[in-house]
Amino acid sequence: MTTAPPLVPYAEALERYEPAIGLETHVELGTVTKLFCGCPAQFGGEPNTHVCPVCLGLPGSLPVPSRAAIEFTIRIGLALNCSIAEWCRFARKNYFYPDMPKDFQISQYDEPLCTDGWLDVMVDEGDAEPQHVRVGIERVHLEEDTGKSMHVGGATGRIHGADYSLVDYNRAGIPLVEIVTKPITTAGAFAPAVARTYVAELREVVRSLGVSDVRMEEGSLRCDVNTSLAPRGSGVLGTRTETKNVNSLRSVERAVRSEIERQAAVLDAGGTVALETRHFHEDTGITTSGRSKEEAEDYRYFPEPDLVPLAPPREWVEQIRRSLPELPSVRRERLQAEWQLSDADMAALRNADAFDLVAGTVAAGASPAGARKWWLGELSRRANETGAELAGLAITPDQVARVAELVSSGALNDQLARQVIDGVLAGEGTPDEVVAARGLAVVSDDSALTAAVDEAITANPDVADKIRSGKVAAAGVLVGAVMKATRGQADAGKVRQLILEKLT
Amino acid sequence: MSITRDEVVHLARLSRLALGQEELDHLAPQLDQIISAVARVQEVAAEGIPPTSHALPLTNVFREDEIVPCLAADVVLSEAPAVEQQRFKVPRILAED
Repeated sequence: MTTAPPLVPYAEALERYEPAIGLETHVELGTVTKLFCGCPAQFGGEPNTHVCPVCLGLPGSLPVPSRAAIEFTIRIGLALNCSIAEWCRFARKNYFYPDMPKDFQISQYDEPLCTDGWLDVMVDEGDAEPQHVRVGIERVHLEEDTGKSMHVGGATGRIHGADYSLVDYNRAGIPLVEIVTKPITTAGAFAPAVARTYVAELREVVRSLGVSDVRMEEGSLRCDVNTSLAPRGSGVLGTRTETKNVNSLRSVERAVRSEIERQAAVLDAGGTVALETRHFHEDTGITTSGRSKEEAEDYRYFPEPDLVPLAPPREWVEQIRRSLPELPSVRRERLQAEWQLSDADMAALRNADAFDLVAGTVAAGASPAGARKWWLGELSRRANETGAELAGLAITPDQVARVAELVSSGALNDQLARQVIDGVLAGEGTPDEVVAARGLAVVSDDSALTAAVDEAITANPDVADKIRSGKVAAAGVLVGAVMKATRGQADAGKVRQLILEKLT
Repeated sequence: MSITRDEVVHLARLSRLALGQEELDHLAPQLDQIISAVARVQEVAAEGIPPTSHALPLTNVFREDEIVPCLAADVVLSEAPAVEQQRFKVPRILAED
């Protein structure tokens, strides 16, 4: 068992130290085949069934890069405002773990495909004003993913203490893009939030490009978080640790926070932070020491002799640039203006994870106000009640748009619309099917309503008298009675009008 | 170009090779000689000869993103020293420390 390291409370650590963070994000590309061979690149599969002589590193096999993987990498680089190399090479990274059957990984080292870009993020944390942060991108390069090891024996299923390991090479050779930020040194106490927001924004950008499904839980987006502390005002960078195994946005934030608290304790005690890999534990939110980091020269990088250099023609790069979709930040700004939302409204939408759902609902024909009302109101409430994510509710933006349309056309009132939503969520079919099956419709037929109004007046003579004597507010009681009698199917405004016509 | 005994110790650790003192005494000077011999290539490198990593003056050799049949798992694992759960069984990766 690992023992928890001593920690300094976060606010106190920030009084004495300045954090610097850096993020290395790995994205598995959604190409059909692996990077250097024609094996399928899809997730999963029976162990060792998506392999061939190339990705097994058998003698005599030669790698050939997939054009699609190179293009996807350039797409990511361009979306992150990077320069695209006119000439670069793959490099061989030598090491002695069995997760690559070749005993090396083909990666890029001193000649990455994309360099020197940035990604703008909006950090919205607690009560502070949302702040705009430009995260510098050091490089974006392409490499092959490694195989998957299962560690057998030992208590934790981890590599440490295992008796032996079992390796599946289905993942070995899947194209993997590594996106490395420049050090972020000015975030201060917001460092954990900046880290989380950056990864969230990066994920949206990559998803919008259609080059990866970026699912953190399946490992198609993985994050290593570098953290260091320096005494306040010293102007230097401290020794960093690299925390691996950070598999959710929340964990990215917690890992940075936890490292700040731990490193502050080490430095306070007069110690030095070791340059090492650390593991993040989801359950406890702390990091523990892994292997000490090998120096880059230990990997004996050299230009990959089995591959020829890449020299993406400029026309190709420009053609890719022209084909980029509208990026998420631009789209958000455009829709915010179109929907006439304040920054706070916008933040509320995004915090509820409702932005894309509302956008889909508006695209299906609903008004922006109507779409927001249903997703942030009734549907958020349902999601909270069941502990589900909003996007996980069994109702689509198209269906919500239909409900909103039925309300705005007068076919349903809000109360009936909620019953329609009940039906859709319960799997009774589309909104129209639920309306038909449950016989839901606003009663606007005057004679039926008039009869119900007369009944309500007869049943509540004292209330009727109050209204006759000018206490119009009492009409609410009669409206309620009519709504009850019509099982909510009456148009409340119309009922009120009829009551007042009769009694005043 | 020369390689020190310390560097050989370091390389041996990275390579997970347990070399004894006698072996180090024996191998370090040998490795030094090999490296020196290979380093003679640098004497030939002259102005106007750009370093290269490939014998052919080619760039941008690509493959289309099309699936090619894989090997069957029993073929893949047929030469493996040990197999368990259709996976390659390998010895403990990290020593206990």
